[in-house]
Amino acid sequence: MPTTHDVLFRTLADPTRRALFERLCREGEQTVGALTSQAKVSQPAVSKHLGVLKQAGLVRERHEGRQTHYSAQLGALAPLIDWTKQMAGFWESRFDRLEDLLRRMDQ
Amino acid sequence: MTNTSTETRSVVVEREFPHSPEKMWRALTQPHLIQEWLMKNDFAPHVGHRFNLRGDWGGVLDCEVLAVEPNKTLSYTWNFAHDDPAYNLQSVVTFTLTATRTGTHLRMEQSGFRPGQPQAYGGAQAGWQQFFAKLEQVLARAD
Repeated sequence: MPTTHDVLFRTLADPTRRALFERLCREGEQTVGALTSQAKVSQPAVSKHLGVLKQAGLVRERHEGRQTHYSAQLGALAPLIDWTKQMAGFWESRFDRLEDLLRRMDQ
Repeated sequence: MTNTSTETRSVVVEREFPHSPEKMWRALTQPHLIQEWLMKNDFAPHVGHRFNLRGDWGGVLDCEVLAVEPNKTLSYTWNFAHDDPAYNLQSVVTFTLTATRTGTHLRMEQSGFRPGQPQAYGGAQAGWQQFFAKLEQVLARAD
């Protein structure tokens, strides 16, 4: 079974797909039409790429009338970023120092 | 269902200490003690008090006290302002003290990163990477 990392990297490895995702990150929610007008590929191709991004959890779609709006889901990148781990490490080391301090303090 | 546009991510670190909540409270709220385990500061335990935490690496965190409940809860903002928005960090740190049979259970939660904000999200990462790099240098020098 492919890992989350594999799926994310494979999805973003395609330059056209990555460009679409980056645009959604930079400019916020967009319709397929708006995305196609600035992409170098056809609307069906754009829709197909958006479908792959959606499967990977990187974009979300919202229907409004006959339009479908797409937005980037940055939370999906969390497994790659993992800042929470770094932050937890920072606090763990500060807790060590707190423990030392408490030991030295008067009651 | 989670509303992803308002969802925030957080870090939780918990530990049990063989010391009373009263003693722990002093370590969390007296500036000269805070300095010993966290950073240099001009903290005061009053809601609305603005203060700075100054890291050895030269970085300054802007903070404001949000909640003070002696021996129980302490909460303050933990913001890092930077000209480059990619380095900005806006978060809230909350300490919760619970008395146990043998001492105090301390829970620290730092929250406020919104996945929907690419700059803040990426910035937190970049900011902390920088922070840890500097921290490492400082620790290396301290040997």
